Amino acid sequence: MIDRFNLYRFASPATFYPLAGKLIPWFAAAGVLFGLVGLYIGMLVAPTDFQQGEGYRIIFIHVPTSWMSMFIYLVMAFWAAIGLAFNTRLSGMMAQALAPTGALMAFLSLWTGALWGKPMWGTWWVWDARLTSELILLFLYIGYMALVAAIDDPRRADKAGGILLLVGVVNIPIIYFSVKWWNTLHQGSSVNLTKSSMAEIMLWGMLLMALAFWMYAIAVALARVRTLMLERERNAEWVRKMLSEENA
Amino acid sequence: MLKIIFSVIARDLQLAMRRQADIVSALFFFVIVVSLFPLGIGPETDLLRKLAPGVLWVAALLATMLSLPRLFADDHRDGTLEQLALSPYPLGLIVTGKTIAHWLVSGLPLALIAPILGVQFDLAADALWVLTLTILIGTPALSGIGAIGAALTLGLRGGGVLLSLLVLPLYIPVLIFGAGAVEATVSGLGGDGHLSLLAAMTTAAIGFAPWASAAALKIALE
Repeated sequence: MIDRFNLYRFASPATFYPLAGKLIPWFAAAGVLFGLVGLYIGMLVAPTDFQQGEGYRIIFIHVPTSWMSMFIYLVMAFWAAIGLAFNTRLSGMMAQALAPTGALMAFLSLWTGALWGKPMWGTWWVWDARLTSELILLFLYIGYMALVAAIDDPRRADKAGGILLLVGVVNIPIIYFSVKWWNTLHQGSSVNLTKSSMAEIMLWGMLLMALAFWMYAIAVALARVRTLMLERERNAEWVRKMLSEENA
Repeated sequence: MLKIIFSVIARDLQLAMRRQADIVSALFFFVIVVSLFPLGIGPETDLLRKLAPGVLWVAALLATMLSLPRLFADDHRDGTLEQLALSPYPLGLIVTGKTIAHWLVSGLPLALIAPILGVQFDLAADALWVLTLTILIGTPALSGIGAIGAALTLGLRGGGVLLSLLVLPLYIPVLIFGAGAVEATVSGLGGDGHLSLLAAMTTAAIGFAPWASAAALKIALE
């Protein structure tokens, strides 16, 4: 207790498991809270768009999920790099735990995009740069999950998946720009740091929704990583001790 | 350094020459896939001319994919790969040699036969030339990136299908610029820009991909 706080302590599943268990309710509550406020602002407070009418409100789901789908891939690549460099057990599990959520976000982004595209562009799908690169991102998530699922040895699965993630991260900018030069129709980004073309209240709604999805992703990934830890370390001393304490 | 690469290339080529049927069957796969498109779409010359770059390039991607699983699998099965990994030379160099050999037996023949198929699609002479050039420049990148996938899926259940799932999304830039160069030539815009980007991607893939493949191989051999 006296010695200084050591972050590396939590690189061990035995210490991270209870910590994750304590953190999940907080992140879940924050996700629900941000989500409720964000939806309230997005659906009720934000004014109707003068061009797109009420239909634009799907932006409050569409943009945050797109952000998260890209962000989660970067986080996975970060964990993969840590795992390959320091040979830590937890990093690979974190990357694996994040993958389904990332794939879900990419899928939601495409789905809401299609729902938005039909009334605005008059078509469910166009082969536009952004749509295509989001689709490719979904393929990359699926490829990662398929590779990890095909390898029985968990350590090899972590490492092989890590290399694939890093190769993917190098490739994503190349894919993005090649697809962009290939074809583009999607409107430019509505948000950037210096000036935003949106009303301030809409921006707030979107940021809150992004936070809500972020917190949701953390909570779900932590819950998933806990089950992964139990599955892989089922023969370890700390798991037995914990389970016997729970059963007692 | 070059000596190691050359000796690996010579060895792999010799092995490939003893199994020529494999090379020929991948080549005929390419020819058959390309010939299926006019049958499916219809024989209108204008339409075919427009489709030709894309069809030929997609068929080239698939044909290169066909021979990828065997890139390391045979050596893995008889233990040669472990010996190569134990040798005092960097595994990345050995993989570079194997990648080049793979290109020589799978990419180069595609480039040689592509103009004939292009004629069937009624491409003009300059477009034919650019098509050959793009396949010649682009397929080394396919071999390089494909080798990463082959190393990652080495010895896994359902390796072939998994390999295509991993590798095909990464092939997209090569496809876009390869087919784009031919299209730009057909439409009169000139494909120089596309060709330069394609060459840049191949250079990067040949330079960096073998090291990623070597890392993946080491994991597979652990």
